[in-house]
Amino acid sequence: MSAAFFVFAPGFWDNEAVHIALVIGAAVAIVTGVVGVFTVMRGQSFAGEALGDIGTTGGSAAALVGAGPLAGFVAVDVLAAAAMELVGVQRVRGRDLATGVVLGAAIGLAALFLYLDTTQGADGGSTVTILFGSIFAISSATIPAVVVLAVLAVAMIVLLYRPLLLATVSPEMAAARGIPVRVVGALYLLALALATALAAITIGTILSTALLIGPAATALRLTRRPWRAMFAAAGLGLAATWIGIVLAYDSYHWPPHEHGWPVSFFVVALVFGLYLLSGAVEWVRERRA
Amino acid sequence: MFSSFMVNAWEVSGIVAVVAGVVGFFTVMRGSAFAAHAIPNGSFAGAAGASLVGVSTLFGLGVFAFIGALGIGLLGRRGRHDAVTALMLVMMLALGALFVSLNTQYAPEVYSLLFGEVLGISSNAIAPTLILGAVCIAAIAALYRPLMLSSALPEVGEARGIGTFAIELAFLGVLALATAMTVPVVGTLLIFSLMIGAPAAARSLTDRPGVAMALSVVIALAIVWFAIGASYETDWPVGFFVGTGSAAAFVLARLWQVGRERYERRRVLGSVVA
Repeated sequence: MSAAFFVFAPGFWDNEAVHIALVIGAAVAIVTGVVGVFTVMRGQSFAGEALGDIGTTGGSAAALVGAGPLAGFVAVDVLAAAAMELVGVQRVRGRDLATGVVLGAAIGLAALFLYLDTTQGADGGSTVTILFGSIFAISSATIPAVVVLAVLAVAMIVLLYRPLLLATVSPEMAAARGIPVRVVGALYLLALALATALAAITIGTILSTALLIGPAATALRLTRRPWRAMFAAAGLGLAATWIGIVLAYDSYHWPPHEHGWPVSFFVVALVFGLYLLSGAVEWVRERRA
Repeated sequence: MFSSFMVNAWEVSGIVAVVAGVVGFFTVMRGSAFAAHAIPNGSFAGAAGASLVGVSTLFGLGVFAFIGALGIGLLGRRGRHDAVTALMLVMMLALGALFVSLNTQYAPEVYSLLFGEVLGISSNAIAPTLILGAVCIAAIAALYRPLMLSSALPEVGEARGIGTFAIELAFLGVLALATAMTVPVVGTLLIFSLMIGAPAAARSLTDRPGVAMALSVVIALAIVWFAIGASYETDWPVGFFVGTGSAAAFVLARLWQVGRERYERRRVLGSVVA
């Protein structure tokens, strides 16, 4: 009793904001884990990071017109994924440059929208909320949309699994077998855009990559089988998110101000710690072998 | 537009553009766009932390930029390079988020750090920017030959005894230094678009490396000065003009390149037929 009381600060289980955070956090962690394994295998971490940052443009534009941030993230991320596909993200050569140019333009727009948000008297805290997330401030009305998008993204990966895997490991062999590699890649980019938008509402646009890349990169160090890595990544992401929520709730009683540390900080720190730990596990295994 | 406080902005941003043009040239050549995005972006945490404990922002930026560069270089030896870069970046940003939340007075400054505040530069920012800029250029000049060789032909560089890893670390160090000096001016999110857009545009216009580097500096200067003037006139953020201007420069240069190639091909074809 006393140990449980120490871990879960009073009121943790009765707090509605916490319930919503736990549900949304779980859905998002599972989606990002499943989608992220392919992001890491395909070497598209920069694309994931760029889509996350670009979400800032959508979030700030949504705040400007009074819409919810999720709608903004999804709309702009899907558009940006299409733009990246058009400027050549599917080629290995020069794709970082294409990603970078789209990203730079989008961030410029975000700077303008955030400026207009603050000068036109919309919520002054929207800059920090969009960039670093605020999972405790999500209204329960967002849950259905999150669940629908989450199911959609996971369903895309499940349906695409075999052609996507082959196109990832060996594009030439996939093409020889008649798999439309470019279409598969474009559909994957769409799933990635959905996953990034979901991650952005939980831990913020510029931190969303953590959930996408961290658990997946960790899982791929522990197992070589992609579908196992997906389960492991979803589990690790879920653990990091839930433990992060518990710690953030506890931190309301921590120094220096007793007003709570950001959830995003705990989630990202746990994800990063897990990645380092998996490196140690890998190292020990190699020495034994 | 050319009043005394604006003169500071023109001068400091001029220095920033020259450094961004030169360092960015190698960034594009080496395909280090992601690192050029991650190091300045992550160093945001340094500025937030410096403000929390009450030391100079420039110092905090520098320390975190170097931590980021070292982390990417060292962890990248074992893990997948892009995944490591992403993780290092988000870890530093998360620390930044923590520092911002612990520091109740800091919130309004977040925006200017991320997106730049070139119009608020005071005259005592000129000297440190100039010194750090000179160090950056000197480091690039000293590394010029090995850097060029290992960027263009890594195998040949390796065969001549130029360690790829040593050069990578040295280059990331220069990137960190450039970050520390440019971030207070154009912001952590936008120095990257200047470092990518201008050199990428220059490389589409010419094949010769020396000319491309000079052109990259000229384009960067044009973008930054245009951005400051436009920002002064419209009151809109400098970052908006830098970000969209860099992308526009790249798109225009690419269009010109495509057009020239088509023209050349047609001319060759025409002479063959005739």
